[in-house]
Amino acid sequence: MKEIILGISAYYHDSAAALTIDGKIFAAAHEERFSRKKQDSSFPVNACRFVLDEAGVSLGDLTAVVFYDKPYIKFERLLETYHAFAPSGLKSFNSAIPVWIKEKLFMKDNLRKELSKLGREGEKIPQILFPEHHLSHAASAFFPSPFKDAAILTLDGVGEWATTTIGYGNGNKISMLRELWFPHSIGLFYAAFTYYCGFKVNSGEYKLMGLAPYGNPDAEETKSIKRKILDTLVDIREDGSFLLNMDYFDYATKLSMTNDAKWERLFGFPRRKPEQELDQHYMNMAYAIQEVTEEIVLKLAATAKELTKSDNIVLAGGVALNCVANGRLLKAGIFKNIWIQPASGDAGGSLGAALAAHYIYFGNERTEIDPDDSMRGAYLGPQFSDFDIERVARKYGAVYEKFNDFDKLCDKTASLLNNDTVIGWFQGRMEFGPRALGNRSILGDPRCPDMQKKLNLKIKFREGFRPFAPSVLEEDIQEFFDIPVKSPYMLLVAPVVESRRCRIPDNYNELPLYERLYFQRSDVPSITHINFSARIQSVSRKTNPRYWQLINKFKEKTGYGIVVNTSFNVRGEPIVCTPDDAYRCFMRTEMDYLVMGNYLFTKKEQPDWSKTDNWREEFKLD
Amino acid sequence: MEILKDIWGFLKVRKKFWLLPLIVILLLLGLLIVLSGSSAIAPFIYTIF
Repeated sequence: MKEIILGISAYYHDSAAALTIDGKIFAAAHEERFSRKKQDSSFPVNACRFVLDEAGVSLGDLTAVVFYDKPYIKFERLLETYHAFAPSGLKSFNSAIPVWIKEKLFMKDNLRKELSKLGREGEKIPQILFPEHHLSHAASAFFPSPFKDAAILTLDGVGEWATTTIGYGNGNKISMLRELWFPHSIGLFYAAFTYYCGFKVNSGEYKLMGLAPYGNPDAEETKSIKRKILDTLVDIREDGSFLLNMDYFDYATKLSMTNDAKWERLFGFPRRKPEQELDQHYMNMAYAIQEVTEEIVLKLAATAKELTKSDNIVLAGGVALNCVANGRLLKAGIFKNIWIQPASGDAGGSLGAALAAHYIYFGNERTEIDPDDSMRGAYLGPQFSDFDIERVARKYGAVYEKFNDFDKLCDKTASLLNNDTVIGWFQGRMEFGPRALGNRSILGDPRCPDMQKKLNLKIKFREGFRPFAPSVLEEDIQEFFDIPVKSPYMLLVAPVVESRRCRIPDNYNELPLYERLYFQRSDVPSITHINFSARIQSVSRKTNPRYWQLINKFKEKTGYGIVVNTSFNVRGEPIVCTPDDAYRCFMRTEMDYLVMGNYLFTKKEQPDWSKTDNWREEFKLD
Repeated sequence: MEILKDIWGFLKVRKKFWLLPLIVILLLLGLLIVLSGSSAIAPFIYTIF
């Protein structure tokens, strides 16, 4: 009998479900993609239904359901934290505890209740297991990796008690070697700066990372901010462990991240209000905190190396999505090989929980190790047929052209890209993890100097400073970027090669933000960030043949095997899941063309989008 | 009740018996919340709670 395991992450942020069959990753998806609520934290009923249907199994066929953390230990942490900080934190206590005593303490019952809705009447609910949060992350990083053994580094906000762990994976075992406990958390430390710079905690960390290169590294203010961080806010030890000065952080017991008055006194400028104009203070602050974060990650990695002596390192946890830090870790050469779980956030915990049960709890051997990895390119979500696409077209009266020959469609699409148009690209299975990797993507020509501005302001409706990532043919990666390895999941940042860069003025770092931004920095300006870096996705012919074929066609026409790739959504919207989501997103924005499967939709030919379809009302800004 | 068994198991494994009175009081409070039918809304800032 096959061993089928359902992994679930839920109730905090970014709910998801994943299904493994005999240890093979079969399907996984975020709940937000179905419910259309960004970072939906509710029980992932739709994602569970999808993974079960995809495998053609029912609740009764499952060997186990695995929830990605231990609720009681989390509750213990809450009680002990409130006890330690009392009487401070009464307000937070009053709002947090009712949720626990009404719902979260009864997690097993709640899960059973929710699961029973997925099964047939009277169907048996399988056993429910609860691995630790960081073990789930560690399992999500190690078991799908291409390594027989590896050091494991998990970094996030907080799980039960642990916020950072160093572990060692070998065969089907994971041993935890070091743990750093709440409230000393690298994730919450970075989130506190995200908050102070006026971005939303839990989604704005990416913006802060994108803002960091706008900081002036030579400015006295940047150096002073970094000094103050190191002298006052955090005490970093040689082994990468650290203590935060909790006089300055309110997240342990209050409903905010920072003590704003103390921060203002320390740094000399107030917290930025959301959507307020960005001035140089915040850019310098972003630069400084990014540097400090990277220093911590490097020290932790060095400790992991010392403890494990392995040549390989794998990473997971929300902080592992900090691709700038990952790029620096790669460059540091502490480990020969590095692999990062593409769904490193809590959603990926569902997959890790399922894998932890398979290998650790049920004790199955880890015999087959895929030399690439076993994530199947992270294309683990739902896919849709021609029939589904045509149904959506009929629903909206959409006009389309169907190509029976996919090569001809690629040829046409590549020509359109070459004409500076913006194209929605919807193919095959949806990605698992926060990045669109060419199946739910918006594409553009990276050589076009206006593409970055156009995509940010007219298509994505997001902040003008935010950079875009390239998708490059795997075989051409070193033609464009100074990186010795492939980067299939857009989790490594590396510089554009010197030969492609343009000369910049001596006072470049002192120019105002938008002057720097619109300065042509390379022959692929729309994917070259302000400091010549890029967040790279290398596209493999084996993993995503359709996307590879399109980029290769673009190369045949232009000599450039590279395109701009951004997720198929507008600001605040989860990445599109279905053809219906894709068509609506296409019609709401100034995208010029939409390619779904073998169908091409031209914006000019579409019927008037007369619906009062205001995405700003449907999706809250993130 | 399975939950009481689970909580006892948790206290035993973690050797955190001093949390017992607190948990009992909170569970009684929880009963009140359930009986009074009021809603419980999670803090919004960062879901570490």
